[in-house]
Amino acid sequence: MENKEYMLGNSAIARGLLEGGVGFVSGYPGTPSSEIIDTLRTVEEKDFYVEWSVNEKVAVEAAIGAAFTGIRSAATMKHVGLNVAADPLMTVSYSGIEGGLIIISADDPSFHSSQNEQDSRRYAEFALLPCFDPSTPQEAKDMIPYAFEISEKYKKVVIFRPTTRICHGKSDIKLGEIPGKSGEANFEKDTSRWVMLPQNAKRRHPVIIDLQKEIQKELEESPWNTLELKNTSKLGIIASGIASAYTKEAIKEIENKTKNEFSFLKICAYPAPEEKIKKILKHCDTVLIIEELEPIVEDRVRIIAQQNKIKTEILGKYTNHVSRVNELNTDICKNSIENAFGLKESASLVDEANNETEIELPVRPPTLCPGCSHRAAFQAMKDIFGRSAIYPGDIGCYTLGIQNGTVDTTVCMGASISIAAGMSKAGEKKHICCAIGDSTFFHSGMNSLMNAIYNKADITVSILDNRITAMTGHQPNPGVGITAMGEETYSVSIEELCKAMGAEFIRVVSAYDYDSCKTAFKEAKSFRGVSVVIVKQACAIVERKAGVRRTPYYVKTDKCKGCKRCVNFGCPAIEYDNETAIATINSQCNGCGVCAYICSFDAILEVEK
Amino acid sequence: MKNEKLETEDKNIKYDIIICGVGGQGAILASDVFGRAAVVQNYNVQAAETHGMAQRGGSVENHVRIGATEGSLIPEKSGDILIGLEPAEALRYTHLLKDDGIVILNTNKVLPTTVTSGKSKYPDLDEIINSLKTKYKVYAFNATEKAKEAGNRQAMNVVMIGASSNFVPLEEEVLKSCIKKIIPPKTVDVNMKAFEMGKKQIEN
Repeated sequence: MENKEYMLGNSAIARGLLEGGVGFVSGYPGTPSSEIIDTLRTVEEKDFYVEWSVNEKVAVEAAIGAAFTGIRSAATMKHVGLNVAADPLMTVSYSGIEGGLIIISADDPSFHSSQNEQDSRRYAEFALLPCFDPSTPQEAKDMIPYAFEISEKYKKVVIFRPTTRICHGKSDIKLGEIPGKSGEANFEKDTSRWVMLPQNAKRRHPVIIDLQKEIQKELEESPWNTLELKNTSKLGIIASGIASAYTKEAIKEIENKTKNEFSFLKICAYPAPEEKIKKILKHCDTVLIIEELEPIVEDRVRIIAQQNKIKTEILGKYTNHVSRVNELNTDICKNSIENAFGLKESASLVDEANNETEIELPVRPPTLCPGCSHRAAFQAMKDIFGRSAIYPGDIGCYTLGIQNGTVDTTVCMGASISIAAGMSKAGEKKHICCAIGDSTFFHSGMNSLMNAIYNKADITVSILDNRITAMTGHQPNPGVGITAMGEETYSVSIEELCKAMGAEFIRVVSAYDYDSCKTAFKEAKSFRGVSVVIVKQACAIVERKAGVRRTPYYVKTDKCKGCKRCVNFGCPAIEYDNETAIATINSQCNGCGVCAYICSFDAILEVEK
Repeated sequence: MKNEKLETEDKNIKYDIIICGVGGQGAILASDVFGRAAVVQNYNVQAAETHGMAQRGGSVENHVRIGATEGSLIPEKSGDILIGLEPAEALRYTHLLKDDGIVILNTNKVLPTTVTSGKSKYPDLDEIINSLKTKYKVYAFNATEKAKEAGNRQAMNVVMIGASSNFVPLEEEVLKSCIKKIIPPKTVDVNMKAFEMGKKQIEN
């Protein structure tokens, strides 16, 4: 029997790295990419190195260093992380590498857990790099060793772009051999290759443009770009990445129901296969292009048609047959195909859809966990600074503070402090209190804080230190004292860092000591300049997993006045009963006790043992 | 009931399972059990999971497609069974279920903060069940209570797997051995009891 295992897409990608002989992996956590390194971390007896870097730029640079020594390397991140790493990416494309280097940038069409849905394939075009865009978790695993081969053969970085449905898909994965790490690190000096001075970079630019053409020719014959022409049909479909899987399923359904057949070109490796595109264009009267997000294949197809004077009708995003926003699925692809080729049946489906249930369902937004320290910090900020103050926010679990009224802006990692400082220096008179988590502070918030202090902004910076990178699944960071390899390491003190950057007002408080939190924010509010309040308390999930148990709380019904102050605190453990007009505490209470501080009538008490 | 279960020898089986609920209820473990069991029985399988932000108490939907080699997302109206770990969440995803499909419903409500704070209303449970019954074969019971009886309310997801074992084209023993592989060893007894209780709910 074949060696098969049921695996998460990200674990399959991690497996692919091992089967490709990877020796070095770095990355910064970000949904949907995080489990690639989380899987590698748990490998026993590693003959490779793996690290959580402080941010994506650093991760890519570290991986470049490893690849310069000849070691097969990879860096992992989510799509927006590639923006942070764009600086090294754009130039390492010129220099090239020695050992294979794969930059894994996981895209998130439909914004499942992201602030935008940018398409990493654009970066590959922009940086003149080959790109792999798998259609299934199995293909994702199988592509990685191939991608290493291409990377080493052409001495080029390659971009690997899975999407959420690959990363967080699961399937039966056929496993291959793990060969072990390839070679020993040995950097060979060559300033013409490794020093991108203008004269060297200038010489490289035309070379990398030509290399893209060569790589395109090789990928044309790869198993990832496949063409199937149907002699009986003049209709063609080109689909890329995961959209090709949905499209295949949709085509099967349509072919089963109608007499139509379609020529099909699947594109999962870039630069897109020019000869195959020409073939399908020449073979068909009409070609529909189905891809998620940006019209990258479509742009190429239209250019190729124009250059070769091919008159085939081309349908896709520019003709509104395929959406440029959100992820696709089989239904959407089927709809696109039926619309594009005029195969629509009667409108019966639409009628049925209207018969759906009339019951109104309450929305269920994600919320901070019961006992989450961020909620306490937000409540204290709100109590002291009030509703009129401005609360620039950042990226992490605490972005959910939008429900607590303490997230007024969110743009990107580290932006809370810089946006706050910008507002202050622009002359904004309202109080400004921003919030950022520990990992995000280490990622890029540090630069923003240094800038704010240097330029004499007048803001309060709340650093929500929950001792972990929580939202992405609890990865360690430089404050935690442990590495991804599982070794103990120096634990960076946020307080000492702030001091070194020149912060004159620093308070460190415990989140569950609500009175101290309030006092710290009160003093911070009256301080002119940059005041820093570090709110410390380990993530409630991590604590629970570590076996910490606190005594839960209850509402003493005769004391509750139904004022809803505790209810508005927003803890999932606190419920309000409209009938009796009092609050109750449910079984989700983890005993943080902050609601007891908040209650004005002493109605919330610890359960007696 | 047993005649509804597809023959497990048929290797061309296609069977789509929707598991939905609230982040933290163990939907991923449940879908993992089905997926692993499918691999043990040598079926192809594709699954889609909710990770990331929604896991913080948000609405989660997992798809497990036994016999699928392409996309992991279940098309509208083609799911065979919907395992609703929470009533409102079950109703939220019925558009994926085929007409006459099976719904296994945990009737234990988990109120979203929009409801606990009094800002919106949670629909009446009977209304939810009756609405489901107009189109689907519904098996509704309080799986959280059953899990408590078995020894731990956390085992609710396993009660639901037990209940669904009457329908999914996967062998009971395979499902059980997959559960044992995933859960902490200390909890095997509780979970096996939970499985049996779920299974009996349907048989009765």
